[in-house]
Amino acid sequence: MNSRILEVNNLKKYFKVKNGNLHAVDEVSFYINTGETLGLVGESGCGKSTTGRTLVRLLEADHGEIIFEGSDILKKGKKEMSDLRQNVQMVFQDPYSCLNPRLSIGNSIAEPLEVNNIYKTKQDKKNRVKELMDIVGIEERLINSYPHELDGGMRQRVGIARALAINPKFIVLDEPVSSLDVCIQAQILNLLKRLQKELDLTYLFISHDLSVVKYISDRIAVMYLGKIVELSDHNIIFKDPLHPYTQALLSAIPIPKLNASGDRIILKGDVPSPVNPPEGCRFYTRCIYAQDVCLNKTPELREIEPERYVSCHFARNLSREEN
Amino acid sequence: MRGENKLLDIKKLKVTYRSDNGPVHAVENLNLELGYGETLGFVGETGAGKTTTAYSIMGLLPSPQAKIESGEITFEGESLLDKKEKELRNIRGRDIAMIFQDPMTSLNPVMTVIEQVEEMISLHKKISKKEVKEQAYQILEKVGIKEERVFDYPHQFSGGMKQRVVIAIALSCDPKLLIADEPTTALDVTIQAQVLELMKKLKDEFGTSMIMITHDLGIVAEICDKVAIMYAGSVVEYADKVSLYTNPSHPYTRGLFNSIPDINKEDTSELKEIKGHPPDPTNPLLGCNFSSRCEYAMEKCKKFKPKEYMLSDSHTVNCFLYDNHTYKGGEPNE
Repeated sequence: MNSRILEVNNLKKYFKVKNGNLHAVDEVSFYINTGETLGLVGESGCGKSTTGRTLVRLLEADHGEIIFEGSDILKKGKKEMSDLRQNVQMVFQDPYSCLNPRLSIGNSIAEPLEVNNIYKTKQDKKNRVKELMDIVGIEERLINSYPHELDGGMRQRVGIARALAINPKFIVLDEPVSSLDVCIQAQILNLLKRLQKELDLTYLFISHDLSVVKYISDRIAVMYLGKIVELSDHNIIFKDPLHPYTQALLSAIPIPKLNASGDRIILKGDVPSPVNPPEGCRFYTRCIYAQDVCLNKTPELREIEPERYVSCHFARNLSREEN
Repeated sequence: MRGENKLLDIKKLKVTYRSDNGPVHAVENLNLELGYGETLGFVGETGAGKTTTAYSIMGLLPSPQAKIESGEITFEGESLLDKKEKELRNIRGRDIAMIFQDPMTSLNPVMTVIEQVEEMISLHKKISKKEVKEQAYQILEKVGIKEERVFDYPHQFSGGMKQRVVIAIALSCDPKLLIADEPTTALDVTIQAQVLELMKKLKDEFGTSMIMITHDLGIVAEICDKVAIMYAGSVVEYADKVSLYTNPSHPYTRGLFNSIPDINKEDTSELKEIKGHPPDPTNPLLGCNFSSRCEYAMEKCKKFKPKEYMLSDSHTVNCFLYDNHTYKGGEPNE
């Protein structure tokens, strides 16, 4: 039986804006098993990054529980949090802006070691930095280079080395490959997979790129307007998507093959504003199957088959009303 | 038969940028042709020279940093490089239009969207104000902007809607060639699908030729007729779409395909990556640009530039692996 390293219950994060509350994350619940990768996909503004950031408490959640290895991290004080951060780390999307331009690569990687006071002597620290550079595939001669001298892929490797420095168990990866070219992207994906195996890591992998998410994840959660609409195994969700949004999202991916795109579902319009969203299903305005009940009643994320969660009133019984 | 019905023909284009470390060879010996009504996918990584090529066609290269060292660009039989700025200004927008990657930066934030479409039309067509307005309405309607929104400003639109406005501006004068520089990169997938659908529809309706600059082979499969794969400043493989997708031949092209996770496969074994990095553009390689990363690299690859070997009438590849085929015209560039 898998043990759960992280369990999130009814997580909520609202931002105050001029016209009310922006519901960035609304009643989100999921869990992550030890050693697996959970992929979190959705379009911009759906709340996936906010979810990632609340998990490491870079943002304070408004409501809910985040249970990491048995204890609720939202209840922890400052001191306990810094202990926790040794186990939970994050890699950011933009390797250009997450590195200090005035710190050399070596010093950047040493920073988390210093903050946590792990090595007593300079030599030990230096050895660890070199070891980390080796693990993520940065040549040793670059130790005194500065971020502007490296390309995006190398910088992302520095970001990963920093996250790995203090041997975390769980890493939140927020769009780690989306600013990279496909060749470099493949290198980083291979690296992340290898590291997971070698260091027994658990990942939350946030991305908007479905083919990348499918490749790296064990299970996938699809988010839309602050809510998870579907969550299941990565192969099953692609073969048999149940939520109308997942179906449209999957059919919209351009596939690099001839005549690959079969029947494409083109969604009408844009994602509605997350400020003061109405009751009912969030996808109502763009759903081709929408019926009256969808407007009035918010669908719960329910387990309709073992390990398959979907929040749609008509999952498995989608039929289009003639209009 | 090559050469009869060409809209655009680029021969041996070479563009360099000035830098402190000596000239940056952005585009090197680039050959490209495009027929009427065709859509060409222009694929390559960051820094491959895709945008530089597009700017060379448009005559928009920053001066004096960038310089077209040699080569020809012929558009409808006339050389674009010999034209004066004034003549180019008439061609830009009317005959050749461009869609940029980021719709926010290519729209004027203090003009309503209809004003921006009208501006383009009145610059290039000698018609009355009333007709200009009518045409602007029509084109905006075609791209799916409702009448009640045409007096809005760009910031009131979402990314996808803004890109629709940019497309409307680009198509408002019936250009013969449309250059789209990563038109959907800044958009979400579901919105991307909408915009691609729209572009496909309008391309057929207007009969416009198009150059689609992208790094996404999925988009190419969907919308293009021909594909040029670019690496480190030159085209390494040029083919019709079917031929390229069924028989990718250059080692770099194959590497590109292998780097993309296959969404239809359940197998998640390691991706076959291309090791290493593209060569430094200030210090180009003597031989084939890809030889530093190529698993098939031979002695001669390091010393000479490969010619354009013809696998078929519509498929050329610049690689010595295919030197048992005849090569296309011209002398090799050594």
